[in-house]
Amino acid sequence: MAQEIRNYTINFGPQHPAAHGVLRLVLEMDGETVVRADPHIGLLHRGTEKLAESKPFNHSIGYMDRLDYVSMMCNEHAYVRAIEKLMGVEPPSRAQYIRTLFDEITRILNHLMWIGSNALDLGAMAVFLYAFREREELMDCYEAVSGARLHATYYRPGGVYRDLPDKMPQYKESRWHKGNDLNRRNAWREGSMLDYLDAFTDDFPHKVDEYETLLTDNRIWKQRTVSIGVVSPEQALAWGMTGPMLRGSGVEWDLRKKQPYAMYDQMDFDIPVGVNGDCYDRYLVRVAEMRQSNRIIKQCVAWLRANPGPVIVQNYKVAPPKREEMKESMEALIHHFKLFSEGYCVPAGETYCAVEAPKGEFGCYLVSDGANKPFRVHLRAPGFAHLSSMDTVVSGHMLPDVVAMIGTYDVVFGEIDR
Amino acid sequence: MSSEVATLAQRIEAQLGEQIIAVRQWRDETLVDVLPENWLAVARHLRDEPEFRFEQLIDVCGVDYLSYGQVEWDTDDVSATGFSRAVEGEGAGRFDWEERPREVAGSKRFGVAVQLTSITHNRRVRLRCRALDDALPVVPSLVALWPVANWFEREAFDLFGIVFEGHPDLRRILTDYGFVGHPFRKDFPLIGNVEVRFDEALGRVIYEPVTSVVPRVTVPRVIRDDSDMLQARAEAADHWRDN
Repeated sequence: MAQEIRNYTINFGPQHPAAHGVLRLVLEMDGETVVRADPHIGLLHRGTEKLAESKPFNHSIGYMDRLDYVSMMCNEHAYVRAIEKLMGVEPPSRAQYIRTLFDEITRILNHLMWIGSNALDLGAMAVFLYAFREREELMDCYEAVSGARLHATYYRPGGVYRDLPDKMPQYKESRWHKGNDLNRRNAWREGSMLDYLDAFTDDFPHKVDEYETLLTDNRIWKQRTVSIGVVSPEQALAWGMTGPMLRGSGVEWDLRKKQPYAMYDQMDFDIPVGVNGDCYDRYLVRVAEMRQSNRIIKQCVAWLRANPGPVIVQNYKVAPPKREEMKESMEALIHHFKLFSEGYCVPAGETYCAVEAPKGEFGCYLVSDGANKPFRVHLRAPGFAHLSSMDTVVSGHMLPDVVAMIGTYDVVFGEIDR
Repeated sequence: MSSEVATLAQRIEAQLGEQIIAVRQWRDETLVDVLPENWLAVARHLRDEPEFRFEQLIDVCGVDYLSYGQVEWDTDDVSATGFSRAVEGEGAGRFDWEERPREVAGSKRFGVAVQLTSITHNRRVRLRCRALDDALPVVPSLVALWPVANWFEREAFDLFGIVFEGHPDLRRILTDYGFVGHPFRKDFPLIGNVEVRFDEALGRVIYEPVTSVVPRVTVPRVIRDDSDMLQARAEAADHWRDN
């Protein structure tokens, strides 16, 4: 008796907890084996690049936060660097150190989100709760400098919006926070933000050890990740992979080392690389990166403590004058008015500036025709290139491995759909 | 670093002189302009030749050059006519679907810019290409050279309507299923062409022309010759689009 066996198609997402947002994945299955994967993206497309064309340059900085919404300041960094390059503006070193500091805080924030959600996808609930504990602590730093926990809009062409706060905000006594609990929460917050970060960086390596205790030698975790989603170095290059996806396959490529920007050439840190290019190696790479970021934060804090100075250029065509100055100087008042009503004109030309965002190379291709608004902005999102390799990488894998792969890609649809 | 980039530009010029329009260097960036017919050959040469080895394609970006350099508020003829207070012209998206600007024939408005990275030599280069026909902009596809070009080219097709010849699967990628038009073209309004609402009578979601938003852009688009920008402007001058 002959029986006809047919492949069938299943729809994974867009409303699926393991789809990391709004990924719709059309999977052609042979039993439990994936034959073809066709990701449908664009469900979060907001036309960021087109919106930026209709606004003065500075108005779009906030949109950058909303691209990869778990590594906000790194996106801002690529955009403001592109503007600075076209205008020939060089931020003061203190601003560069603050940017380096916050890029690394952002990297830890991103990797904490990733380790939590990836582990949750593969069945480990606890890591998520652990990771969010530390995420809160770092988001307090975001809030302290910018007033917003997530979408900071803190970087500006020519520097950063304002200097680091002298005082870290403290928890107030309430029905929920009191007594010893309150003291514990406020223990790090007695001094400035730099004191707080010192306390954090001393403590954080132990926290990373905790995550590793939960995962690194965990039998289930290894069964789900070792030899799953192997990407060869040749494949990684052909598919435009960058960041941990590329380094997991053993290619030592990190823009912070190879094409340094901000103050990375002054920093002492290592680039972790994987060997096998599987999900487990990429996990190890990201965990090691958190430890390296912690080192960089320490170095930045030490420098920032010793070197006060301006955090934004004194060029009033680009950055606003001080409030006090505006009370007395007509020039300053006019500059302030023009800057906030019309913005500044960027010389005609084009540039491509990239930063090593937590997920890979985040680039900004900026074309200006000399106006106060960009003529064309294109944002190169690492996740877009990574996700496009989905079909090649998961074909022949089992359905649950697709979930492991989505986790290891570290996809965030804000940046992929833009 | 800059001397090294200069030699890169010179070597590209020397090896590919006949196949390219121009090589330019601006600060540490190298820019190569190519005609569509040589697009694949130049890209292949840059990828395979050991002295270039651009093994990674980082980005493909579509550009619509319609309305390049146009402003909504004239700042040049102030002394003759006094300040113009009213916003004139139609800048980025400040129009609705019925009143969208008509294109100029023969302007070669669509272009593609590609960023390449050489991991081996730690270098970058940017290739640019203008499609010859505005009505049907065609550029050869790079998918055969770098598989990652697949989605990037689908995106440029979706948003600009640039057709990549030889692309295996040129479907829309970012816009809605059944979307009409190419939204990142400069003659596509910022407010869109259709809006969506739930129709109680029909009991389903319907699409209709946009009425709930008016085309409005708060800050007019201006080009000013600020004196402190002259240095940067002079440096960028030869960078201006002229192919």
